[in-house]
Amino acid sequence: MAAPELLSDEGYRADGRRPAELRKVRARMGVFAQADGSAYIEQGNTKALAVVYGPHEMRGSRSKALPDRALVNCQYSMATFSTGERRRRPHGDRQAGELALHLKQTFEAAILTHLYPRSQIDIYVQILQADGGNYCACVNAATLAVMDAGIPMRDYVCACSAGLAEDTPLADRSPEEAAGGPRLVLALLPASGQIALLQLSARLHQERLEAALEAAGQACRALHAVLDRVVRDRLREVTALLGD
Amino acid sequence: MLTSRMFLKRTRAGAVVKVVREHYLRDDIPCGAAACRLCPPRPAGPGLGLQAQPSGAASSLCPGPHYLLPDTNLLLHQIDILEDPVIKNVIVLQTVLQEVRNRSAPVYKRIRDVIANPEKHFYSFTNEHHRETYIQQEQGETSNDRNDRAIRVAVKWYNEHLKEIEDEEKIQVIFLTNDRTNKEKALEEGITAYTCEEYIKSLIANPDLVDRLACVSDEGKEIESGKIIFPEHIPLSKLQQGIKSGIYLQGTYRASRDNYLEATVWVHGDAEENKEIIIQGLKHLNRAVHEDIVAVELLAKDEWVAPSSVVLQDEGQNEDDIANEEEKENILKTSVNKDMLRPTGKVVGIIKRNWRPFCGMLSKSQIKEARRHLFTPADRRIPRIRIETRQADTLEGQRIIVAIDGWPRNSRYPNGHFVKNLGTAGDKETETEVLLLEHDVPHQPFSQGVLSFLPKMPWSITEQDMKYREDLRNLCVCSVDPPGCTDIDDALHCRELENGNIEVGVHIADVSHFIRPGNALDEESAKRGTTVYLCEKRIDMVPELLSSNLCSLRSNVDRLAFSCIWEMNHKAEILKTRFTKSIINSKASLTYAEAQMRIDSATMNDDITTSLRRLNKLAKILKKKRIDNGALTLSSPEVRFHMDSETHDPIDLQTKELKETNSMVEEFMLLANVSVAQKIYDEFPEFALLRKHPAPPPSNYDILVKAAKSKNLEVKTDSAKALAESLDKAESPAFPYLNTLLRILTTRCMMQAVYFCSGMDNDFHHYGLASPIYTHFTSPIRRYADIIVHRLLAVAVGADSTYPELTDKHKLADMCKNLNYRHKMAQYAQRASVAFHTQLFFKSKGVVNEDAYILFVRKNAVVVLIPKYGLEGTVFFEEKGKPTPKLDYNNEVPSLTVEDTTLHVFDKVKVNIMLDASNIQHQKIRMVLVEPKILGSDVPANLPTEISSKNEPEKKKKKLQK
Ligand SMILES: [Zn+2]
Repeated sequence: MAAPELLSDEGYRADGRRPAELRKVRARMGVFAQADGSAYIEQGNTKALAVVYGPHEMRGSRSKALPDRALVNCQYSMATFSTGERRRRPHGDRQAGELALHLKQTFEAAILTHLYPRSQIDIYVQILQADGGNYCACVNAATLAVMDAGIPMRDYVCACSAGLAEDTPLADRSPEEAAGGPRLVLALLPASGQIALLQLSARLHQERLEAALEAAGQACRALHAVLDRVVRDRLREVTALLGD
Repeated sequence: MLTSRMFLKRTRAGAVVKVVREHYLRDDIPCGAAACRLCPPRPAGPGLGLQAQPSGAASSLCPGPHYLLPDTNLLLHQIDILEDPVIKNVIVLQTVLQEVRNRSAPVYKRIRDVIANPEKHFYSFTNEHHRETYIQQEQGETSNDRNDRAIRVAVKWYNEHLKEIEDEEKIQVIFLTNDRTNKEKALEEGITAYTCEEYIKSLIANPDLVDRLACVSDEGKEIESGKIIFPEHIPLSKLQQGIKSGIYLQGTYRASRDNYLEATVWVHGDAEENKEIIIQGLKHLNRAVHEDIVAVELLAKDEWVAPSSVVLQDEGQNEDDIANEEEKENILKTSVNKDMLRPTGKVVGIIKRNWRPFCGMLSKSQIKEARRHLFTPADRRIPRIRIETRQADTLEGQRIIVAIDGWPRNSRYPNGHFVKNLGTAGDKETETEVLLLEHDVPHQPFSQGVLSFLPKMPWSITEQDMKYREDLRNLCVCSVDPPGCTDIDDALHCRELENGNIEVGVHIADVSHFIRPGNALDEESAKRGTTVYLCEKRIDMVPELLSSNLCSLRSNVDRLAFSCIWEMNHKAEILKTRFTKSIINSKASLTYAEAQMRIDSATMNDDITTSLRRLNKLAKILKKKRIDNGALTLSSPEVRFHMDSETHDPIDLQTKELKETNSMVEEFMLLANVSVAQKIYDEFPEFALLRKHPAPPPSNYDILVKAAKSKNLEVKTDSAKALAESLDKAESPAFPYLNTLLRILTTRCMMQAVYFCSGMDNDFHHYGLASPIYTHFTSPIRRYADIIVHRLLAVAVGADSTYPELTDKHKLADMCKNLNYRHKMAQYAQRASVAFHTQLFFKSKGVVNEDAYILFVRKNAVVVLIPKYGLEGTVFFEEKGKPTPKLDYNNEVPSLTVEDTTLHVFDKVKVNIMLDASNIQHQKIRMVLVEPKILGSDVPANLPTEISSKNEPEKKKKKLQK
């Protein structure tokens, strides 16, 4: 059997998308009433839930409090049922810790933390179903949850991955495509074009970086449009409720 | 956006894990018909799509306009038909393409080429992602059945869809399938379906096409001639299990060139034991064809055999005469020494067929009006093929191409079909075409796409070109080459420096300046890999404008070069090395003889001559150093043909004499290659393209040691140095040619030198040159490897920028594989060309008697070398229909006793040489022993001989093949 083709001569990917197309995105805000903010997102078969508490007073040791801005606390976990193989994932595993750290960095850059000195914002994300692009789904869910909590942000944070089929960049890689070639993950503040996080796995020739980065950027902007619609829909819903 | 699109999920059950994959269905995939206004416009894709008014051959079965839609098996088997220019407007479904891709890479490549051809109007329809043509596998349905159904659904959709196009004449889609059940189902569903044969036979005015139909019999048809000859092949799934559990071994099947009843299977993997398995006898060979990937089962040890030294050719006429074969098989089973027994096995199944179209000739059936004939391939490792044709009379005496379709169990020979006629056998053009095709040498003229990347003429050097270059036009550079050389890729200079040291420069044509990575020109050169030199023809790797003009370092013109410049002391020790892109202006293009004359002349003292003398002096020191290190100097006689200027027929043969200046140029090229190899390896430890020459396994030398021993000489083979020294000492005053013979024999013991990527290997050693590291830098006009090396070096010295493929070791490794293959094939093509010209030569020369030496002794033949012509041939001692003389073969010495004459290796004999044109099918050179006279044989006895000339043609610069 020949290895599967990433991109056919006709220009379709294995799952039927064209190179620049994203997987199907569905999102909802305010899924939990008790939390200050929450959101649920589906990107393809990847499903993620984000919950935000805060800003509130420092919990635990007060010595960690920052005099000039809020502390962003992130936790990332994967549900035991999130993969085909049922496996327990302790909270403290290395990969989860790393991802949490990335999330923290991303959101410290996006939230206007200086408005809330000496306080704390908690962001909890959980992957309910993992099917590629876990980090991206977490960022996108967390963005919506932070907005749901009414915490002011500089901009949306949108994250998306990109890969390469020979010379053609592929936006939002599906797990099938993960076997081939390098992967680039980008978290972007679309309005300003600021990069919150850029991660590259495997070697990539510098000549190709630009194309891949451009594709990931395009994908982030497309995602931004989708998320923006979700936020506006939610806003309309809430104001309608209040109006009644 | 995608969110608006409905999607289904397709579940693939894995071994343990359930995998869910998204499968997006679209409504924006066009049908490809030019007249359609319902579908969105066709996005950029391969080919031009289907014509509004389908042109193509008229069919009596379906007179109206129609498109064809083949199923997978039809496409796999009848690709020759689909490739015919007559067949146009074909819809290739994604389902079909995917299946083809998984089953045969070569056919997939061919159908892809057809789809991309704008004149063919083939259209690939992505039916698996079209909302209306995607279907899900039903419970209990096999994936084959599901795919067949998907194809029928697509046909139906097309027919509905095309009806909606508002045109006067409705276009119909015709489903082509050879599968009976599939056809029945299609007809039930109201689809117009034909078998390929029905459709092709219905074509008006194209009767020839019928011959090209592959004869794939339905399962039913095979029973017809009853007798089963071969054991059944075990199905693939069982083979894979067997291979995993170790019952079977997987390997590449290599048929023997000399014996059609014997083959060797090279087992894949790293197993030390049973690496090479011998297969003997028709039933054990079990329909495997040369180069197939097969599964073998080892026989019990008491059934093991030794490789036979008998030469056997399949001469059976036409019919499935099996009794005769068994008789022949018994010849193989003569008693042999226990030590000679090798692992022996039988083929139990085929993992992958590697059939390609074969060149050869028709052996017309003796039965009048017969439609079935046997085809004899030019390559003797390929079995004869039975084909059906009505044009046997026209095809007789022609070189034709035939493809194999299948090999049923009841058939002595595989079945195939006629593909193409190349021309009359014996014609120089036809034979050249044959040998190029047989050796897979890409030799079509360069396409417009490729030529478009050539620099525009008139060409001149611009400011931009000078940016990273040194101007070396003031240096006294000259080139030394064989006479008539138009592709000069190297030049030299040498001057004394003020500090008393010597500066030596090697300047190589800067081909990588003109061939930029990734464009069509680059891809074509990479595919060709090397320029191929035949006796009177050169198949260029790069277009002539580059090879003979812009890149050729001719005298008195400015040329771009890549220079390697050393500072040396008078002991030829390198003090400094530097590399730079440069611009040079050669002061003279000399031949070896002219350069030699200048060096030897007492009167000439100009700049060029003095630098040549200096270079020559240094070269001698370098050569001595190299030989002291254990480098081998081996010889094989080089032959050149003197061609008649009008008929271009060879009129004389001459062995080439080597001048001191050949060796002078060679020394500096070797030195440059070593210096560059070191530099690119230092800079790119993972991606350097290098060349290595592995040391041969000790057993390879057996033949040499035995042969030397028979002349009371000792050849030491424990190291290259010991070998070189013992070869130097192996002189016999009474037999001056002995040393050359020993060296020729030594070359036969050697391994092939190969290109490799430094990141993928640990052993870099070049045995023949006794160098720890080596590469090819000096001939970028005619070798692609050198272009890559130039690019690496250019990046290393900051003269050019890198690109992704250059630093991808897997891509480099793949490239090395192709280059090694092309070089091997080029070498074989050269030999074949020499062999053909030798035949032409003896055709005009008539019968001659010449002195010869025995090189190898076989069970029923001896291989002799005729030094005068550098010609090698086999003298047989048995022939069909004649009493076989008493033969006694002794493997230990080795020697062969014919009646009461004993022949040893290196014996000087006299042979009678003549061209045997009695069988136009295989013209051959017959050699018969004249001296010593064999009892009971008359000279000229009609003993058949095959010629296999192992010598190199007059190809440019033999030195660089190291
Ligand atoms: Zn249409």
